[in-house]
Amino acid sequence: MTQNLLLTYLLLTPIIGGVLVLFFKKEQKELIRWFGIAVSLAAFVISLIIYFGFNQNNPQFQFIHQVIWIKSLNISYHVGVDGISLLLVLLTTFLTPLTLLSTWKAIEKNVKMFTFSMLFLEVGMLGVFISLDIFLFYIFWEAMLIPMYFIIGVWGGERRIYAAVKFFIFTMLGSLLMLVAIIWLAVYASDTLGYFTTNLLELYKVGPTVPHDIQGWMFGAFFLSFAIKVPLFPLHTWLPDAHVEAPTAGSVILAGVLLKMGTYGLVRFCLPLFPQSAVHFAPVISILAVIGIIYGALVSMVQTDMKKLVAYSSVSHLGFVVLGIFAMTVESVQGAVIQMINHGLSTGALFLLVGVLYERTHRRDIAFYGGIAKLVPLYSVVLMIALLSSVGLPGLNGFIGEFLILIGSFKSPVFNNWWFTIFAASGVILAAVYLLWMYQRVVFGPVTNDELKDELTDMNLREMIVIAPIFIFIVWIGIYPNTFLNLTELSTKSILQQVGSFTIDLLK
Amino acid sequence: MPLLIIAAGIILSVILEISSKKSVRILPWFSILIFTFTAFYSVYYIDQNFVLFGGMLEVGGKPAIFNFIFNIGAALVVLSSMDYLKKYGTSYGEYYILIQSSVLGMMVMSGAKDILMIFMGLELMSICFYVLAGINRKKLSSNEASMKYFLLGAFATGFIVYGIALIYGAAGSTSIQNLIENFGTYSSNIIFILGFMFFLIGFSFKIAAVPFHMWVPDVYQGSATTVTSLMSTTGKTAAFSVLLIVLSAVLSFNAFNVFRPYFAAIASLSMLFGSIVAISQTNLKRMLAYSSISHAGYMAIGLAAGNTFSMAGIIFYLAAYTFMNIGAFTVISIVEGENDSRTELNSFAGLSSKNPILAAAMALFMFALAGIPPLAGFFGKYYVFISAIESHMTWLAILGVLSSVISVYFYIRVVVFMYFRDAIEDFKIEVSAYSLTAVFITALLILVFGIFPDTLMNVILSAMH
Repeated sequence: MTQNLLLTYLLLTPIIGGVLVLFFKKEQKELIRWFGIAVSLAAFVISLIIYFGFNQNNPQFQFIHQVIWIKSLNISYHVGVDGISLLLVLLTTFLTPLTLLSTWKAIEKNVKMFTFSMLFLEVGMLGVFISLDIFLFYIFWEAMLIPMYFIIGVWGGERRIYAAVKFFIFTMLGSLLMLVAIIWLAVYASDTLGYFTTNLLELYKVGPTVPHDIQGWMFGAFFLSFAIKVPLFPLHTWLPDAHVEAPTAGSVILAGVLLKMGTYGLVRFCLPLFPQSAVHFAPVISILAVIGIIYGALVSMVQTDMKKLVAYSSVSHLGFVVLGIFAMTVESVQGAVIQMINHGLSTGALFLLVGVLYERTHRRDIAFYGGIAKLVPLYSVVLMIALLSSVGLPGLNGFIGEFLILIGSFKSPVFNNWWFTIFAASGVILAAVYLLWMYQRVVFGPVTNDELKDELTDMNLREMIVIAPIFIFIVWIGIYPNTFLNLTELSTKSILQQVGSFTIDLLK
Repeated sequence: MPLLIIAAGIILSVILEISSKKSVRILPWFSILIFTFTAFYSVYYIDQNFVLFGGMLEVGGKPAIFNFIFNIGAALVVLSSMDYLKKYGTSYGEYYILIQSSVLGMMVMSGAKDILMIFMGLELMSICFYVLAGINRKKLSSNEASMKYFLLGAFATGFIVYGIALIYGAAGSTSIQNLIENFGTYSSNIIFILGFMFFLIGFSFKIAAVPFHMWVPDVYQGSATTVTSLMSTTGKTAAFSVLLIVLSAVLSFNAFNVFRPYFAAIASLSMLFGSIVAISQTNLKRMLAYSSISHAGYMAIGLAAGNTFSMAGIIFYLAAYTFMNIGAFTVISIVEGENDSRTELNSFAGLSSKNPILAAAMALFMFALAGIPPLAGFFGKYYVFISAIESHMTWLAILGVLSSVISVYFYIRVVVFMYFRDAIEDFKIEVSAYSLTAVFITALLILVFGIFPDTLMNVILSAMH
């Protein structure tokens, strides 16, 4: 097999950049910021090169690079992308420079360490999406905890310590049980294949042959880890804390990319590795997903804190993604992948915009604001677009994802039942309620608070530069989603084929 | 050979100590020289395996890798001791001689081919440790530590001697080779099994496993920090090396089933007890004492699993643990003030702004101890969990990961204090260049063994054949 080093370069760019950051002087804040942005832009350029070199008509993994890493355990450094992971890689490299740019004012304390943490966080996220060795995946999955932990803990809000520790321990609990399942699977593989291996492509053949009762447990261990990350109701309690306490950049990355690691894990590991269990548990999981959709929406509705509102809306939106994945039709899984990207863009944008207000007034409670349309017209328009995208207005990105998921779940052979779709659809309506109601209270009406008149200024050029690229994609996906759907179509089909070949035919 | 180098080193050191008044300045460097030389000598000749002294001692192979851990560990401890002892007020030449002698004892233990040799090595090591624990004779806590260690250690020794007596009574020989070859016949003899059990219990004391852990917290807290770092790492490694020798004897026969539940029990108890109790500790040394108990538990998973792979896993774990713990204790010894002050968590508050390098190193050690990849501590756990699952003891691995989750809490609490809180106590840290070097070396080793675990694993595997 020919080796392709591009993905390795992609990983190395932020690693080297991060190490170089350490050699700057602490006082050179501006320089460090520019350097961080330059490094993350370089990573973005590399990911674009990968995108243009990617063959969309090939369902296999591409850009594979494999080197033996730990010989005694037959573990290799093995990376590659298919359409789904490529899309998420692009999302990561796209959002990282934007978040770095957004922190220009917000982060003053220890810029050097912040940039270092962000770049290493990027390494962890990219590694998760491109690993084709389940052990390597686990390493990135865990290693990414450390920078995120620092980002919340050092630069966060008042209750940052509680939030950081809760985030860390929740994630650890899930992932360590997954580690046991990974080892079990690898040991099982050494019985059937004759050698110990953690190569994902080989385990795809082994996983479905595991006896059903044990497979159920292993599926459970993997699922628990991913469900905590997603987060799926009722495991979501760490998310509002982490989101509210994290600095804006942390929230954007957390919502934009980190949560997608959970849903990506479901698509990449849970479904194809344990198809029988996945189909068996799909109705139960989907019930949880639907509960999450409605519960998240209802809780959002009563929030008084804007950031918390957006955080709970994530629970609701990601419920759609999980529903789409476990409906297991081509439409719904593609919709779920698109919805992952959508959520990254629109929720990322919402967090950025809440951050814009917060930077000026240091307040996030809705009641404090009112009638800001008169004070900051530009901001109000931008916020409207971001909200509508999150609500799922046709013509913007959110609609495409939710529509595909709903269609897919409607005709899903796994559910064979309309009720999931009916209840999930109510989440779309509720989203409109809580988001637009928030908008009404904050933006419209008379100016309720005199303090606002002094403190609030409209968005500046830097903030527009951060938000504009996100909007381009929000509209692009909304109007011409085929660019992105073509990318994921064959990969989705090959995953569903893998699942279907052991259970019911999913590709009718 | 490595034993002779150390022995010669001890004699030379004693002469030096008697003849020269400046010996305190020369001795540490001399010890470091000897330790590093022995360490690399052992690894270099790792495949030259032969038996000495009429079948009493083995050199090369498995003992060589242990010798490497002992000597590198001791060298690092000596390096971090130099300035610490001045601060602590016990800058005596004897200290270094005692460390050398204890290392000799450990090397005898790990290379023993006869149960009596194990006993001799153990006593040599333990007696040095009893003295080292009380090295500051003017301080009450140090005396208490020494006394406690001595009494409970003597108790454990009693078990071991009684066990050896029973084994000899049943088998008529103390040669380990003989035990290995005839284990099947002996294992039906109840007296032999009883003796073996006593022997294991005695060593369970030494590895600090629950329920034989009572001495650990007080001794670790009361002794000088550098002494604790020596005891908790190389001392534990030496005790494990004996258990591994015995284990390999038992492994060759299916009779192992008798002891498997025992190890599984102490493993699960130690992991959970250590992790849970450590949560409520506010003193760092005491917290690391409980963490050391729980690490003994993780390693004991490997003993319970009892396959050839688990041996390599335990040795890897021991090496990783040695470096992580020495690193952590060295950082504590740098921050520590006079009279045991500043070993509380509060003293570490705001360390990241006082001394970023020290804080970063400590954070690295804490994450490594918590078993976060890609650091060496993670692979230690990974290897023993694999061995447990291979031996169909998945429940033990699950218990292990659950207790890891608990332990994450108190390890990252140190990071919380260092990074997320502002300084509570106002003091200036005098960083000693020697200690800092030791911190750097351990941090580097943890990173290298974490990112490229094969570098260490290949050496271990080649030693096992």
